[in-house]
Amino acid sequence: MKVSAKCKHWMTALIVLAVLVWCAADIDWSTFRYFSWGSFRGTMASLFQPDWSAFYTGSTEDIFSLMIMTIAIGFFGTSIGTVLAIPFTLLSARNLWKNPVVPRIGKFILDVLRAFPELVYAIIFIKVVGPGPFAGVLAIGIHQVGMMGKLFTEEMERMDETAVEACHAVGANGVQTMFFARIPQLMPIYASLALNHFEIAVRSASTLGLVGAGGIGATLIFAIQAARWSRVSIILLTVIMTVFLLDLLTGWIRKKLR
Amino acid sequence: MKIKDTVHFQWYKSLFVVVILALCLFGSIWYTNADFKQLAGNIGQVSVFLRKLANPDFNYLNRLVDPMVKTLKMSALGTVIGVLLAIPFAFLATTVVTDNPIVTHIFRFFLNIIRTIPNLLLAALLVAIIGIGEATGVVTIAIFTFGVTSQLIFEAIETIDLSPLEAAMAVGANKLKIAVWAVWPQVASSVASYTFYAFELNVRASTVLGYVGAGGIGVKLNEALGLFRYERVSIIILFIFAVVVVVDAISEAIRRRLK
Repeated sequence: MKVSAKCKHWMTALIVLAVLVWCAADIDWSTFRYFSWGSFRGTMASLFQPDWSAFYTGSTEDIFSLMIMTIAIGFFGTSIGTVLAIPFTLLSARNLWKNPVVPRIGKFILDVLRAFPELVYAIIFIKVVGPGPFAGVLAIGIHQVGMMGKLFTEEMERMDETAVEACHAVGANGVQTMFFARIPQLMPIYASLALNHFEIAVRSASTLGLVGAGGIGATLIFAIQAARWSRVSIILLTVIMTVFLLDLLTGWIRKKLR
Repeated sequence: MKIKDTVHFQWYKSLFVVVILALCLFGSIWYTNADFKQLAGNIGQVSVFLRKLANPDFNYLNRLVDPMVKTLKMSALGTVIGVLLAIPFAFLATTVVTDNPIVTHIFRFFLNIIRTIPNLLLAALLVAIIGIGEATGVVTIAIFTFGVTSQLIFEAIETIDLSPLEAAMAVGANKLKIAVWAVWPQVASSVASYTFYAFELNVRASTVLGYVGAGGIGVKLNEALGLFRYERVSIIILFIFAVVVVVDAISEAIRRRLK
């Protein structure tokens, strides 16, 4: 029996709808019952009135210096991540090893590193170095090793091997091909990936404060819990503007790298 | 490449970049009070964790199935709502459909802003505004999905083949008809594959959603972390990892069939 295309489309839509209804039926929607439009409108109104006076007060706890701190955490974390990702890349790139077992081990390590969310790393490192920005740096650094190691490896495996072959043909050894054929080709790509991850790191650094790993997140969560919405608003505005500007800046540099 | 472009003539540029990077690095090391001595001294703590993490408590697994199913349901619902909301916004954010650069820029700016809010902050904010619970989780996932997929969809719309649009315009179709009959069929399969991609991201992000009480498996993770039950943390993360791998494989298979 041949089912017409139209019938098939309707069947798919029906199945999707049924699955969604089944999902929706099981979710506890009671939160909405206690939801009041009046307080929502009040919250929204104060969210649109950012408290500019908290932005810069000259102390080290104002929003401006916390944001600088957040950027510093992101930068240092990304630096650690990039540097540590390189040995793992060398370990897990398939085209660098004749033995197929070694790259598989390297990739497995990277998978494990990536599987843990940053928050878990942050909690672990808070136990090691105490609460503070350095714990956030280490958490981001270790998480970025997993992420960048994977991307670096993919680029290494995808690269054009002709230059490598040419080097081999004139008698270069492994280290020489590395420096004269692989690094010149991969350097701009890796730099671009590292810049991209710097932006991601700043974004996650702004959330790590929730568990006490430094940065702007702690201030934000305190402001939310105390329902000081105009303070929440200025913090969110600062985070959004910073990430937006970093996005533009790294985008511009990455375009130049190409 | 000219000889003037080689590093021997451009060394001062490379030096400049290196100096800037070094300054930023030392600045950030100083600013974050990095203390490597403390790290080296307390590294034993890490091995304590690793030992506990290496012994996952498999008996706890059967109590994780229900929250995991809940997480998957929340993610599925949130993803679909988010994508459905993203489609009209993505159409408005391209000049292909609106023909008006000002409208396009306004919508793009709005979408960019939504996208820059880290999802954990979004969850914390929504929990404070709406209240704690699974419904908030669904709303958070929907907004997060909206941010991710709207960007991908408008990028897909920008790369479509323009000839069906021209044909539709030639027979007198209005903007809405062009969007539905000339643009949508070209991007529908990409939208479907982005939906699966977003679903995957959301299952991964479920770990952090629970941290602020937005329901699902993340709540269990948060509980285990709070009680220092690292053997449970380990099994929860393993379980999430396994589910992500399965979801990944299924969505990969479906995406390949869609092409």
